[in-house]
Amino acid sequence: MTQRKRPSSTQSSSQRRHTGNLVAQDEDDDVAFTQPSTSQVDQKTAEVVQYFLVKDQKKMPVRRADLVKHVVKDYRNIYPEILKRAARTFDQVFGLKLVEIDPKNKMYILVNNLETPDKASPIRSPSNPKMGLLLAILSVIFMKGGVVRENLIWNTLKKLRVDPGEKHEEFGDVRKMVTDEFVRQRYLEYVRIPHTEPIEHEFRWGQRADAEVSKAKILEFMGEVSLPSRARLHLQMKLRALMMVCVSDLSFMNRTPRPGLSSTERPTPSPTPARPPPAAAAAVRDNHATASPAFFLFIVCDREAAPAAFC
Amino acid sequence: MASRSSSSTAAGGSDSPQKPTKTKRTRRKTRKARAVGDMSRQMGESHRRFLQTMMVSGVIDEQAAKALYQYCCETHHTQYAPDKLEDFIDIINSRLQPMFMQIRKGMSEDNGLQYYALVNMAETDITRMSSDYADNELELFRKTMDLIVCSENGKASSTDILNSTDSMTTRKMKKSETEHLLSRLVHDKWLSEKRGEYTLSTRCIIEMEPYIRTMYQDHVKVCHICRNIAFQCQICENPTCGIKIHNPCVARYFKGKSEPRCPSCDDFWPHEIPEVKRPHSQSRR
Repeated sequence: MTQRKRPSSTQSSSQRRHTGNLVAQDEDDDVAFTQPSTSQVDQKTAEVVQYFLVKDQKKMPVRRADLVKHVVKDYRNIYPEILKRAARTFDQVFGLKLVEIDPKNKMYILVNNLETPDKASPIRSPSNPKMGLLLAILSVIFMKGGVVRENLIWNTLKKLRVDPGEKHEEFGDVRKMVTDEFVRQRYLEYVRIPHTEPIEHEFRWGQRADAEVSKAKILEFMGEVSLPSRARLHLQMKLRALMMVCVSDLSFMNRTPRPGLSSTERPTPSPTPARPPPAAAAAVRDNHATASPAFFLFIVCDREAAPAAFC
Repeated sequence: MASRSSSSTAAGGSDSPQKPTKTKRTRRKTRKARAVGDMSRQMGESHRRFLQTMMVSGVIDEQAAKALYQYCCETHHTQYAPDKLEDFIDIINSRLQPMFMQIRKGMSEDNGLQYYALVNMAETDITRMSSDYADNELELFRKTMDLIVCSENGKASSTDILNSTDSMTTRKMKKSETEHLLSRLVHDKWLSEKRGEYTLSTRCIIEMEPYIRTMYQDHVKVCHICRNIAFQCQICENPTCGIKIHNPCVARYFKGKSEPRCPSCDDFWPHEIPEVKRPHSQSRR
């Protein structure tokens, strides 16, 4: 499938075509600018915002080099100003935060900046099972101290009836989704362990996960027992049992959660009111190696609106 | 509306800090807003939450929009006036305009209810979908749209759509590919499907209206009552008249009238008058 971002040249011509309010732009075009007018800067800012929104829909990070090449173009001398304004727009208009996830390679993502509300939204957003699966993986990694050999993940998934060796009804090629898609989206890192034969990899949280999912909240989320629909209750019980088996060492529980770059929370999963965090929160505080198990929730969870994170 | 102060690195001689992309109407509105009191036109957390929800959902019905509006205001402790939804959305739209995005309102041809959709105004073309669909998929979508616009009942059967792949100029699609594409288009809310027949979704009509009016100006039907473009509609059978009315507009216009007569030529209106549909809480488009 063609993956095309909106070419900005098409944009400017169509803008001119049907929006009479851009007359000023035509005049400015011919001027050799060393100092772009405010309107030009604003227009470039708007284009950058659009570019980000399209890219972010796919959860792909935006590279500075691509941004300059495809959108900013001749205005690269004022790139920092344009980016600053774009960040302000994201913040003020969309409630999103522009986050640099890779200072060396200059890559950016958009992260939700709105706080998680206490009450669930009246709008049922379409559920995204991939995110549920991802959360399960992130939780396992977290509970194992931040890095995990790949076999543990594969075994966990198998026990959750998502076999990486088989084509899954919902996820398709599971292995590819986890090692390729999630990695490209920067939710996970999949790194080869040196000197292993046969080759083994380990999983870590990716930069987007760091920015979007605060680890303190994962704990709270795992501890929270939400009231599921009857259809999911069975699955939830099963999951709990399985997770207890998969993760045995909980001694790291008292580790200070790494400060997330944003306060993006995991949305409250169910439309029905969640019970206040019960015993599991106490379990966290108790912090024994064989303490009460962490509870997992369902793979398919209803989400609240958190478009930047889980669209 | 928060005005951005011009930065020192921008052109020193720049004048107004306001966004330049304003129509006369917006300028008048802004002046009026300034007169009333700028604070009331500021974009706040409640607006952002509303917008984020629209970004996820794409399109919601009016009842849901009102509930969402209330929820957003209450969550962020903003003053909530039940009848000010349009003003609330106006504030969001004023900030979306530079990015050529808008929250627009339109009627569903199925149930006559009003829906709000977040639409992309930058291109009047189908290319707005281009990041998600391949060239040949877009071509097939265009062909489907041709069939729907030119049909009398505003529908295209899956058979007709499959047959239209024969005349594709881009890479031809197999039957299974076509079926898969159609289900994607339905999932992405570009088309609606009922009993093997496809119609343009409410969101599609709202978003593509300018494009359709331009591209199909000879063929497109316009509702005599509400003046919007119409696909699923009734047509006056008087050959010299031939006006079109949306099914829900028919229901509303002729409600309670014992003898329905064409509002244009006064001939007897021969079609079955549908019932006015009531909004229900689970409606989603």
